[in-house]
Amino acid sequence: MTKIEAERPPTIVSSVVTQARQISFWAENAAPIGLVALVIVFSILSPSFLTLGNIRAMLVAAAILVVLAIAQAFVITTGGIDLSISATMTVGAIGFGMSWQAGYGFVLSAVIAILSASLIGLVNGLLIAKGKVTDFIATLGTLSVATGLALIVSNGKPIAVSSPELLVLTSGSLGIFGYPIILAAIIGIAAWFVMFRTRFGLHVQAVGGNEESAIANGISATKVRMAVYLIAATLAGIAALLLVARVGAAEPAINTQYLLNSIAAVVLGGVSLTGGKAKIVGPIIGALLLTALTNGLTLLGVSQFYQPLAVGLVVVLAALLTRFQKK
Amino acid sequence: MTNADFILTADNITKSFGGVHALKGASIGMRRGEITALIGDNGAGKSTLVRCLSGIHRPDTGTITLDGEDVTFETPNLARQHGIETVHQNLALVEELAVWQNFFLGRELTKGAGPFRTLDRKKMKSTANDLLNNLSVNAPAVTSKVRRLSGGQRQAVAIARAAGWGSKIVIMDEPTAALGVQETARVENVINTLRDSGVAVLLISHNFEQVMRLSDHIWVMRAGLAVAERRSSETSGDELVALITGAKAA
Repeated sequence: MTKIEAERPPTIVSSVVTQARQISFWAENAAPIGLVALVIVFSILSPSFLTLGNIRAMLVAAAILVVLAIAQAFVITTGGIDLSISATMTVGAIGFGMSWQAGYGFVLSAVIAILSASLIGLVNGLLIAKGKVTDFIATLGTLSVATGLALIVSNGKPIAVSSPELLVLTSGSLGIFGYPIILAAIIGIAAWFVMFRTRFGLHVQAVGGNEESAIANGISATKVRMAVYLIAATLAGIAALLLVARVGAAEPAINTQYLLNSIAAVVLGGVSLTGGKAKIVGPIIGALLLTALTNGLTLLGVSQFYQPLAVGLVVVLAALLTRFQKK
Repeated sequence: MTNADFILTADNITKSFGGVHALKGASIGMRRGEITALIGDNGAGKSTLVRCLSGIHRPDTGTITLDGEDVTFETPNLARQHGIETVHQNLALVEELAVWQNFFLGRELTKGAGPFRTLDRKKMKSTANDLLNNLSVNAPAVTSKVRRLSGGQRQAVAIARAAGWGSKIVIMDEPTAALGVQETARVENVINTLRDSGVAVLLISHNFEQVMRLSDHIWVMRAGLAVAERRSSETSGDELVALITGAKAA
């Protein structure tokens, strides 16, 4: 390594390199730096922002997005994208609602929720890995199909759910950490472990980095792609439980905001949409940042209309910054 | 060619793609502990023959004998299991991954049992480091990303990886085509070290000087056939050119 650097002429080039290093530092750490900056700004502008109650509320509110961002991170690491992720969550929520209504009890309903969500992931995987349909088109299709299914099955009406278990899930806490964020944190640790400490995770990165080379080394890109869409949908199923718990009902809503924010969180986390560069902590911090942004604006009394605008600006800025990431 | 000296022989290999007869009954042999070169003009059938040996193509007819045993390779993985590794021109490395990760790609070492099996990172790093340093003087750190390596270093990583699996035969397709003079010399050192360690090397090259420098034995291909063979010590670049173009009959 030192050899290569020694061969570079130590003139203007090296000074540019040093400068680029500084920019790349900002680019690499855009999410944590942005989060800290937001926290500082909002806590100055609003005294209630950094209160324990608000921190607790923010963390609980962030849980769903954290889980979805982790799900999206797996798919994006392979160079794919899952546009159906929030619709899949909706399917899971309706699956839970219908089962609960039918009197199946919490555990069975939760299992059905996760299974019905993973069914969408299976379809995504089959279409993309086996059918060789472009990920963008395939998941755009399943986004619509899943939304339609949720509307048809539920007859377009929300299903009220008064499960005591979900009540515990949404209101219980250890200190300032509500159960939803603890669940999200456990999923985050498991996801990090799978991504960076198992063969499967390495294969996910390899397929995203260079599919041809991965295949030449005996890795089945088809299986890896099937798996990431299945993982994403299963996590969306778990997010569905958090959603039903939070809303108190299973709604056949499209939840577009969750879709956009899940991709935004991954981009904020410094993951390249071209794949190959895996990150788990980054997208989690990205999700926290987006939640803090929304929360802070609400506390400041900024109209809800400005929130998508703010989120959009932050994401575009982050995307610009990633250009300066170290190669 | 049933001499016990031969680690690999390919006899009367034919392969057609639609109406194109890429191989029309080519036969070559590789001796133990030697570098065997395969030369020929573009379209002579070198690549197709190599792909038959490495399991990418299946010959239409003909036999491949490895260590006295009749073999056919349905897939590259089967060829590998028999000890035939190929270093392709594109090297099959993943740039975003570290050297040690590339080294073990698809064949990772794990520890633990069942669903709790985790990558044995320590062992993979030290093994990759040892294998790389045995072969190459300019070995990169195994923790650096392949993206940051020079062309020669990448080639060294790919060759060391191919050699690192107790392979009997390593096939190299134009290993120095994209390299400068210094890097070429380094890679040639790597190839020599590999031969000295007892591995049989099949070298596909357009560079006659390199072929003369490195190889022990040379096969010349023309129009889907292996038309001539020479000991490197008993031929010259001019003769090889004449054999390739057909100006001189075998």
